[in-house]
Amino acid sequence: MGYVAIKGGGKAIEAAESLLDFQRAEQGADALPLDTDSIEHQLRNLTSRVISEGGLYHPKLAALAIKQCMGDSLEAAFTLRAYRSTRPRLLETAIHNSSGMRVTRRISAAFKDIPGGQMLGATTDYYLRLLRMNLLDESPEQFQKVASNWFKDMPKDAVPETFPKVVDALRAEGLLPPVNRDPKSDAFDITRDPLVFPVPRSAALATMARAEQGGLLTIAYSNMRGYGDVHPTVAELRVGYLPVFLPHPITGEPIEIGEVLMTECEVVAMYESSDEGSKPVFTLGYGACFGHNEVKAISMAILDRALQKGAMDGPQNPSEDAEFVLLHIDGIDSMGFCTHYKMPHYVTFQSDMDRLRTTQSKRQSGDQA
Amino acid sequence: MSASVGYNFGFMDEYAKKEIRRTVLKAVAIPGYQVPYSSREMPMGRGFGTGGLQLTLSLIGVGDNLKVIDQGSDDSVNAVNLRSFIEMTCPGIDTTTSVDEANLIQSRHRIPEKPLRDDQVIVMQVPYPDPLVIVEPSEDRRKIQHGEGNYSKLLVKLYEDIVQFDEITISHRYPTCINNHYVLDPSPIPRWDVPKMHQSRALILFGAGREKKIYAVPPYSKAEPLVFDDVPFRIEDFRDEHSVRRPCARCGCTSSFLDEFIDSENGEKVYQCSDSDWCDEQLAQQGEC
Repeated sequence: MGYVAIKGGGKAIEAAESLLDFQRAEQGADALPLDTDSIEHQLRNLTSRVISEGGLYHPKLAALAIKQCMGDSLEAAFTLRAYRSTRPRLLETAIHNSSGMRVTRRISAAFKDIPGGQMLGATTDYYLRLLRMNLLDESPEQFQKVASNWFKDMPKDAVPETFPKVVDALRAEGLLPPVNRDPKSDAFDITRDPLVFPVPRSAALATMARAEQGGLLTIAYSNMRGYGDVHPTVAELRVGYLPVFLPHPITGEPIEIGEVLMTECEVVAMYESSDEGSKPVFTLGYGACFGHNEVKAISMAILDRALQKGAMDGPQNPSEDAEFVLLHIDGIDSMGFCTHYKMPHYVTFQSDMDRLRTTQSKRQSGDQA
Repeated sequence: MSASVGYNFGFMDEYAKKEIRRTVLKAVAIPGYQVPYSSREMPMGRGFGTGGLQLTLSLIGVGDNLKVIDQGSDDSVNAVNLRSFIEMTCPGIDTTTSVDEANLIQSRHRIPEKPLRDDQVIVMQVPYPDPLVIVEPSEDRRKIQHGEGNYSKLLVKLYEDIVQFDEITISHRYPTCINNHYVLDPSPIPRWDVPKMHQSRALILFGAGREKKIYAVPPYSKAEPLVFDDVPFRIEDFRDEHSVRRPCARCGCTSSFLDEFIDSENGEKVYQCSDSDWCDEQLAQQGEC
């Protein structure tokens, strides 16, 4: 009698892998492979999501990950994150001020007339979600014309490079507390240090910045609906390219090494009773992530506020509990553990059956007695 | 993915491996204590043994002989997958299916039947590192309970089991006290394997990648399953209805942990050794007789 248990695993894995690759190409003999430039630009929102959840700003490799994972955002972010494990951390950036961002969109829900003005930019906010049937058979000529027409009609008076921050205006008016920054405290690096609770706010922000969008939204939504009471007002939401500076290897002077597309959101919430003597002020929640991803940045800002409240008064809702929020929002962790249940569990199930049978026979003999 | 594609020996960068080795030293110095570490993402799913894999990749070097098992078998899909990844990223190592030949063993859900030697290290893959999680969801509070050696909630859970079912119902991951202080989760090994940790000659390392913890049972340590004085610890019972110990249908062994399955031809229940190397060795010895 042969050994029945789980044999031939190697062959099965190889076959599954080649079948997966076949699926990628099954469109047929005339089909062309997706090129990663098209993914990066035409599926820009998916690319944004993957660089953000993968925790690595590399749009080109993100596009490759999307291509090989056939558009599965969890798998693509995971592949990018695993690649990150092979790279050493060589340098640390200093704290960057987002007022230097080359803004492509910025809005405020708090004031009609914010310093610098509202700039709607590219957004689906007021877009009618009607299927554009004409795109079903869009020709390359039509497609290319869209961009060239846009450039032709672009207004001559250039938009300013950057805008002042709304929260700075609120601070100047004394509606928000001043920035409380300990110059000696370094940002917590979640890729180099494990979370041991309670964790500093920078650790919470970093964890949320690479969280899975759906997970983050779900917990933030629970707070918005009533399991919590942040009641946020979006002071400012901005999207744009933030220049990144690193110290020059010889002179130590900060030099610009490139820029990252980011979404940043500040929400203002109702005031809290403050320390004795000082006057009450609004409270702030902050969210930021790689790529263009507004739902994520707003959710993160709301949760940042909720977590700060939980840290101060004790958590009253799941969204105010740092352990609950931070340990359940990582897409790579949660999808990995979810899929692992498909692996063989023969031994533990054998052990489960032993316990059940023993308990059953005890109950049976007890009934007879 | 050979070295030429640009991956470091052992996949992770050297800083990451160094951090894990330091964590291991601390884990050995404080038996049973869960040492937090940063835990890198591996190219396989969290929950597929990434904690064990990071330990193996940090410890292995050229000339080491590695055995990888899952459910007791070297041939199971996950074991095959892990082994081929390690072979791919660690050129110059050897792999084996024999417990005797291996000096490093990575395993999921089983400790081999054959007693390990003091020149061997076994790495266990861990989904839930903390035995207190079944009675306390908050890690912050669990950490305090561990520090104070306060396992009263676990003992109450065991007591409630006895009241309700007349038996302790924990089947695997049986909470085990190491050197009289820390209680650890021995990973999802059956109760059958728990006594093997007691005074083990080999170093036993546990890696939980998703939960970012490493812990250890150092060689020659006390490992005592949590029980009451008047309720003994019970391993899985493989006796039939006549109280006769079932043998393995393949090698006839009556002293190993058995898997049960239904014979697809006659619909009868069949029992076989879960540890495939053990089963092969029993058969080979019979051939020699």
